[in-house]
Amino acid sequence: MKILVPIKRVVDYNVNVRVKADGSGVDLANVKMSMNPFDEIAVEEAVRLKEAGIATEVVVVSAGVGAAQETLRTAMAIGADRGILVETDADLQPLAVAKLLKAIVDKEAPKLVIAGKQAIDDDANQTGQVLAALLGWAQATFISKLVPGTDEITVTREIDGGLEKLAVKLPAVVTVDLRLNEPRYATLPNIMKAKKKPLETMKPADLGVDAAPRLTTLRVVEPPKRSAGIIVADVGQLVDKLKNVAKVI
Amino acid sequence: MAILVIAEHDNAALKAATLNAVTAAGKLGGDVHMLVAGASVGAVSQAAAKVAGVAKVLVADAPQYEAQTPENLAVLVKGLASGYSHIVAPATTAGKNLTPRVAGLLDVAQVSDVVAVEAPDTFVRPIYAGNALATVKNADAIKVLTVRTTAFDAAGEGGSAVIEPVAAGADLGLVRLIGREVTKSARPELGAAKVIVSGGRGLGSGENFSKVLEPLADKLGAAIGASRAAVDAGFVPNDYQVGQTGKIVAPQIYFAIGLSGAIQHLAGMKDSKVIVAINKDADAPIFQVADYGLVADLFTAVPELVAALG
Ligand SMILES: Cc1cc2nc3c(=O)[nH]c(=O)nc-3n(C[C@H](O)[C@H](O)[C@H](O)COP(=O)(O)OP(=O)(O)OC[C@H]3O[C@@H](n4cnc5c(N)ncnc54)[C@H](O)[C@@H]3O)c2cc1C
Repeated sequence: MKILVPIKRVVDYNVNVRVKADGSGVDLANVKMSMNPFDEIAVEEAVRLKEAGIATEVVVVSAGVGAAQETLRTAMAIGADRGILVETDADLQPLAVAKLLKAIVDKEAPKLVIAGKQAIDDDANQTGQVLAALLGWAQATFISKLVPGTDEITVTREIDGGLEKLAVKLPAVVTVDLRLNEPRYATLPNIMKAKKKPLETMKPADLGVDAAPRLTTLRVVEPPKRSAGIIVADVGQLVDKLKNVAKVI
Repeated sequence: MAILVIAEHDNAALKAATLNAVTAAGKLGGDVHMLVAGASVGAVSQAAAKVAGVAKVLVADAPQYEAQTPENLAVLVKGLASGYSHIVAPATTAGKNLTPRVAGLLDVAQVSDVVAVEAPDTFVRPIYAGNALATVKNADAIKVLTVRTTAFDAAGEGGSAVIEPVAAGADLGLVRLIGREVTKSARPELGAAKVIVSGGRGLGSGENFSKVLEPLADKLGAAIGASRAAVDAGFVPNDYQVGQTGKIVAPQIYFAIGLSGAIQHLAGMKDSKVIVAINKDADAPIFQVADYGLVADLFTAVPELVAALG
């Protein structure tokens, strides 16, 4: 089966983002950008399914700025076969991304879409579910295990109370959680090879999709800062503070 | 127009997170209705009708809603949506699973993880692991929201809503529940606990979680939480994870023990009232947010603390 993996270029998870003084957003100038960590897990899973002889082709798709080509190359260095960039400088919100992905799915006809459960920039946790809705496909979010099958897959989902096991009819959209796998590091030869893999670029208009935002950001501010408290000398002082100052125990 | 809150339940009891969603819905200006969709949900519907602030409870009682899978539920909610200005669910794993699918079917944007309502169309939500707060205005006719439970008080009892059955939708048969492994614990739920004792990689093993942290949690009537590293290492189950991509908590007191305080962890607990950190590394970032820090080996400090609490 063909697998499609949507990926997003985001601020690297190690970066401490700063809010811009004018309140218009966060400062992304000269900040390290990387593939969204959940998407790396999604790519890794798809590539493992290919290595196991289950996936026939792994196609990675990104929507966003031209620099997302690098992110697609990274995914191809992990082992994806080819990339598609839907290029736009516009603000893309989850609904718009899901519509773009739906248009790509209509063209590519994959049997399985493996997405990250959330992007660590907007933390929205929506795109996979919205895509599944638009396609009318089954969905399984936050998965930590995937067992492939012909007409259905079996997945384990991480839920608030523990774990849930589902049989999911194909075609389906799944979104991955942290414990599904540990993504490999791309090796230098694979990075070189990835440069030669096909990468197609198109615009939202080529797909006939209206990607206009529905939400307007009025302002972005820093949350109230927590200041560091005190270092206590020993357990006795800690208990005293908790009992008599904070009065919480 | 009215606001529809989607009740979270296990067909037997209403989940506490629903009560926080009701309070958030109450800030949107309109009657609050609640949808209870499930199988044999008489008791849940009764409980829902008693929640203060709820005017009407819609009940869809059918076998295809028993597993609470989003494919069937989203179609049901879409069918009810035209009568509502807002559709609200708590930002729990169940809410996050369902509401974007509803928004997709309705062709509207969802606003995730709302922490404040500024106006019926304007909401505050954290982005970048809570390092920034965005105020967003939603122009869509039906506004789909998930709300962060720690940002809204739980609605109380005292309501007397009317209960109205609604027709169930089709069973799409796209997914089948094989089973759930629910972590059993006599401790309070992480999301609702007043005291949380969390451990990290520094605990070293699951055995140490039980030997070292449990006595402290027992003493304090606390829930136990963990860092991602502790979950990944298999010390504790996945649903213990606190953080950007785990649970968001805001107890009266949060003990961070043998965990470093990575931004992804802080995102889940920095709204706690009092934070206590025990770590042997004086430079650990957790000390930058802790009200009380103790630089010590947890294997001696925690048993001492248990003893000192008497
Ligand atoms: C996409 C993504 C999402 C993530 N989501 C989350 C999330 O939701 N929640 C989360 O927690 N993390 C999350 N992380 C992981 C996060 O970045 C950190 O790796 C993780 O929180 C570290 O866990 P830790 O503090 O237990 O481990 P470490 O950083 O290894 O810290 C262990 C600490 O224990 C201390 N220690 C060791 N031995 C002792 C001892 N005997 N006595 C006292 N102290 C001791 C050490 O000094 C150290 O400070 C995420 C990461 C990514 C990339």
